[in-house]
Amino acid sequence: MLIFIARRIGTMVLTMLVVSLILFLLLEINVEGVAIKVLGAFTSDQQREIWLEENGYFDPLPLRYARWVGNAVVGDFGESVRFKVPVSEILLPRIWSTAVLGFWALLFASAIGLFLGVIAGMREGSKLDRTVSVGSIVTTSVPEFASAPLLSALFVFYLPQTIGWGLPGTSSMSSGFDWVQLILPVMVLVLYDFGYIARMTRASMAEVMMTHYIRTAVLKGLPYGTVIRKHALRNALIAPFTVIMLQINWLLSGVIVVEFFFAYKGFGSLLLEASLNQDIFLIEACAMVAVFVAVATQTLADIGYTYLNPRIRFS
Amino acid sequence: MTEEAISVPHRESALLRLVKGAALIRESWVGMVGLAIIVFWALVALFADVVAPFPPNATGIPMLAPGGAGLDGTSVHWLGTDQLGRDILSRIIFGSRQVLLYAPLATFCAYAVGVPMGLAAGYRRGITDEVLSFIANVILSFPVLVLYIIIIATIGASGINIVIAVTFASAPGIMRIVRGLVLDLRNREYVFAAETRGEPAWRIMMIEILPNARGPLIVDACLRLGYVIITIGTLGFLGLGLPPPDPDWGKMITETRQFITIFPHMAIFPCIAISSLVLGFNLLADGLREVSLRD
Repeated sequence: MLIFIARRIGTMVLTMLVVSLILFLLLEINVEGVAIKVLGAFTSDQQREIWLEENGYFDPLPLRYARWVGNAVVGDFGESVRFKVPVSEILLPRIWSTAVLGFWALLFASAIGLFLGVIAGMREGSKLDRTVSVGSIVTTSVPEFASAPLLSALFVFYLPQTIGWGLPGTSSMSSGFDWVQLILPVMVLVLYDFGYIARMTRASMAEVMMTHYIRTAVLKGLPYGTVIRKHALRNALIAPFTVIMLQINWLLSGVIVVEFFFAYKGFGSLLLEASLNQDIFLIEACAMVAVFVAVATQTLADIGYTYLNPRIRFS
Repeated sequence: MTEEAISVPHRESALLRLVKGAALIRESWVGMVGLAIIVFWALVALFADVVAPFPPNATGIPMLAPGGAGLDGTSVHWLGTDQLGRDILSRIIFGSRQVLLYAPLATFCAYAVGVPMGLAAGYRRGITDEVLSFIANVILSFPVLVLYIIIIATIGASGINIVIAVTFASAPGIMRIVRGLVLDLRNREYVFAAETRGEPAWRIMMIEILPNARGPLIVDACLRLGYVIITIGTLGFLGLGLPPPDPDWGKMITETRQFITIFPHMAIFPCIAISSLVLGFNLLADGLREVSLRD
């Protein structure tokens, strides 16, 4: 088990290194381009030359990469061109905001997805099962950038007009943190994400219900509820654990759209802003953080799956 | 000549078998609904010039409510007009062309790259597999949209660049699926027979293995098409899609979202259009899976 964990973490570090190399080459191999992006298009060649010289851009490429990685590991990504402050200074509060948003989205998506998946998988082929299956196909077919305007139209436009109650249409949190402004973004993310979790849970549950030990438990006269709770669920929920962990990778994509739509000051909108403004050090930092989160959750999912599944754990 | 014809056992043509296979979808009502939606949008895209009541970029009275009368007093804007006075129905109709051109093209390119990679990795195994799988893992470790944003921000936004970005981001996933299928299929007897006959590796991969992996791949292609449509829409929505003024569903949503609290209809209809098309592909995929599992 320890060897397995060590190997997974090793793969994770290797992946991060390769990703960082790709990012570095993609964004910084053209030294002249870096100078233009940092200093602006209306600078003389001489200015750019001086800046490049000062920041060690004429050193050999491997040395520059090594220095860049070294700085990145301790969280120093340089200074943001757009915000004129060190990247880490803007990055940390933004990551925290997104973590809050992502936590609630994941919590509700998992709870709803697991519940629906379990009750659908309990009786495969029943009317309830078909309803949940088709229903989750429908909700996963509405992309975030479509459900956000649709839900906004409903909660910000039609409901206030008809019943006099609605939700705020933006989540910029301009006057401090406000729970109410979090409702719509979370709703959009949950609506798109729970369907996949429900379908995967359903498949896993349906598979467990077909096994011999469930049949035995039913035939020896155990109450149905006990069979589900004690025999089926514990085995059926192993696979969804992985699904939920991997869902974080997808959530990061959805977060970008939702934060952009609701003007939520989080990590996703920061990445988008950095890309649209060619703020290269900020792009690098955001991309590294995003990939780190994705790879770390993947590793955790693998380790967790191995730990939860006794058949693998003891072999 | 005739003797030869007799000795060959009767075998239906590949096309006929494909049509018969496709006809199985009739057994799944979910799949039929999906197919109907797709056919509907395909026809709309094909006959956009005929069915659209207005040219997509012609301007009239801005922000007209659905059903409002046009400039000449007789024409009707069934879904209203946007902030520049362009007919929303016509823009949705013409926008379907963009989606139904780029999404299948991008998906096809992703398969053209991913399938050979998966075949090579699964059939050759060893170092080829290690290298290809590692590349795939690295690309798949990016959150998809982050990857798209970085690629598009680096190479610029255009139709062809979207195809390149989708190919780059989707091929590893396709490769993984194909690799998994090949690992199973390569141990079949007909593959051993072909190897014994001395058939070259490419022929075994393309003629013996690939056709037998088509079932799961067709289902995956349907799901992926739906996902690529979402991706193209998302890029348009984030301002990284096709350049204006030609209509693009994602862009239509982003252009009108600031008016959502006053004129929600301008954003709602493109949302419904794109969701319905994605739904069509997802339902078709579900139907195909159901039918293929049955026999």
